[in-house]
Amino acid sequence: MEILFYVFAAISVAGALGMVLSVRNTVAGALSLVGTMVALGGIYVMLEAYLIGALQVLIYAGAILVLFLFVVMLLNLRRDSFTPERQPVGKAISVLIGLAVLVQLVTVFLGSFGPPAELSEGFGTYRSVGIELFTDYVLLFEVTSLLLLSAMVGAVILAKRKID
Amino acid sequence: MIEIVLKMLFIVLVIMGAFLPLITWVERKQSAVMQDRIGANRADIMGVTILGLLHPAADVLKLLSKEDVVPRGANRVLHLLAPVIAMVPAIIVMAVIPYGSTYRFGDHDLNLVVADIDWGMLYVFAVGSLATYGAVIAGWASNNNWSLLGSMRASSQMISYEVTMGLSVVGLFMAYGTLKLPEMAAFQDQTFRLLGFVEHFALVETLPAWLAWIQLPMWGIFLQPLGFILFLTCIMAENKRPPFDAPEGESEIIAGYHMEYSGMRFGLFYTAEFLEVPVIGMLVATLFLGGWAIPWLPQAAIIGGVTPVFGEGFATAFCMILHVVSFLVKTIVLIWLQMALRWTLPRFRYDQVMDLCWKMILPLSIANIFATGAVILFLQGRA
Amino acid sequence: MVPIEHALALSATLFVIGALGALTRRNLIVILMSIELMLNAVNLALVAFSRQWGDQAGHVFALMVIVVAAAEVVVGLGIVVSLFRNRESVNIEDVSLLKW
Repeated sequence: MEILFYVFAAISVAGALGMVLSVRNTVAGALSLVGTMVALGGIYVMLEAYLIGALQVLIYAGAILVLFLFVVMLLNLRRDSFTPERQPVGKAISVLIGLAVLVQLVTVFLGSFGPPAELSEGFGTYRSVGIELFTDYVLLFEVTSLLLLSAMVGAVILAKRKID
Repeated sequence: MIEIVLKMLFIVLVIMGAFLPLITWVERKQSAVMQDRIGANRADIMGVTILGLLHPAADVLKLLSKEDVVPRGANRVLHLLAPVIAMVPAIIVMAVIPYGSTYRFGDHDLNLVVADIDWGMLYVFAVGSLATYGAVIAGWASNNNWSLLGSMRASSQMISYEVTMGLSVVGLFMAYGTLKLPEMAAFQDQTFRLLGFVEHFALVETLPAWLAWIQLPMWGIFLQPLGFILFLTCIMAENKRPPFDAPEGESEIIAGYHMEYSGMRFGLFYTAEFLEVPVIGMLVATLFLGGWAIPWLPQAAIIGGVTPVFGEGFATAFCMILHVVSFLVKTIVLIWLQMALRWTLPRFRYDQVMDLCWKMILPLSIANIFATGAVILFLQGRA
Repeated sequence: MVPIEHALALSATLFVIGALGALTRRNLIVILMSIELMLNAVNLALVAFSRQWGDQAGHVFALMVIVVAAAEVVVGLGIVVSLFRNRESVNIEDVSLLKW
């Protein structure tokens, strides 16, 4: 069963690289990011976060990235819309710095964790996360709904053709 | 392990192998019967035509033998990928739908569902939302303005109806208390007294016996009638079934997003669209029509009734077969209903489709949630 | 079952890839997608730690991150659309009026 985690991890890294390195074709980049999101959803389910895994696929892969694709199609950004980005030295230096940061991040937490804690019954299911969300964190929940409302209003105003 | 493979084989052989060709035939024959004509009956093998039942095979042969055309300037990889992405969610949704309950053979429990996951309906919604990509990419990859227009209509219609599809069944989840599809079907195996609500309003303690025999099976359609209508509308619109097929409007934008697809690529889109019909039927049957449950005959009653005569093993197997047959019958009724709706209602205009979603179905489904919550609170308060 | 160090290493890798994408690419839509990738990497770290300590607050927080990411994408893409309407380009080098 463990091998499945590494398969999902490989898919997600490949998808992320595919998105970042997609110079010509933005649609292909968005699709490889969809692969990353679905693979991450699988990893969440393996980490016993069932509700978050389902919501990851439902919201991220099923709505947010569709919105990205929709905007790309709306603006009709075809292959010849993008000039090639020529900065090989700058990109090489940034990749090296990125690798250095990654090595530092990984060495910080290697070996500093004990065994995982015993999980309570129904950990990560929609019932227990829902109970915690609606009892301990209910204010957070209500504020989030206000945030979504303001985002919706803002997007409608930004995308209108003219304000009359 | 071998059990899961056998269950998957059952679904593949019965639903995809037997139902799918039959549905293309039913589409033609039912529309013919409804329109008072004969329908397609010319395909024959050596002069033997059986009511046109050979037409699905003829269709497949025709699609397989056509030239594989990719339009110039189209992205070849995406053009090939789109029908595959359209087809996969339709197939894997069937993994959580139970076509039978749990049967005890000796000391072994046989649960007739491929994946018994706790959050079954969330899985259905998550996988169903991935189906959007098939339509989106097909239009983009064809390098064609009509296709792009069709695919933009398709994507906005599908993501709008996903929202209302989820909201319209929240009342049902509150009534059942679970997201697990096998548990929902098992919950619907019981009956409830139709006039039981009188006990709460009138001053009698219990319902008199001559009124208590009026019992309805505790199906979703009786607990949530508005939810049934809303969910059926939303799931038909989500899968772009007529009358919601504005994205593939044959008279407006010439087949929309699958215009540049011919041969077996179109065959995959065709299969995906016709596979959605039994999947919608199975899902709605499990949620609202009791799934595998036979009305007024719970599983215990069937097994208890047959055991004295034929023994327990045979009784369980008999009950299992009855349940699977009842599930398939309900699916067939819903397939008939979808076909009837297709050939009766004219196609909605695109802005009518979006208006229906956001201005009529969304407020109604939220009102349904409030009403269900109020009723549950009232019943719990009195009990 | 899944060792937490490996999940955190994956989270760090995705975060670094996202950060590099957001800093080096000049296509506005790819920059927004890289920011989404960074938010996902943080979500993975939250869920991994939640599993390690057995505390569901990590799940609630991850849900909030998903919601905030959705709101941010909506507004960000609205900005991209109105920018495109004015300048016919999604290259950030064309939006450098305030650069010295």
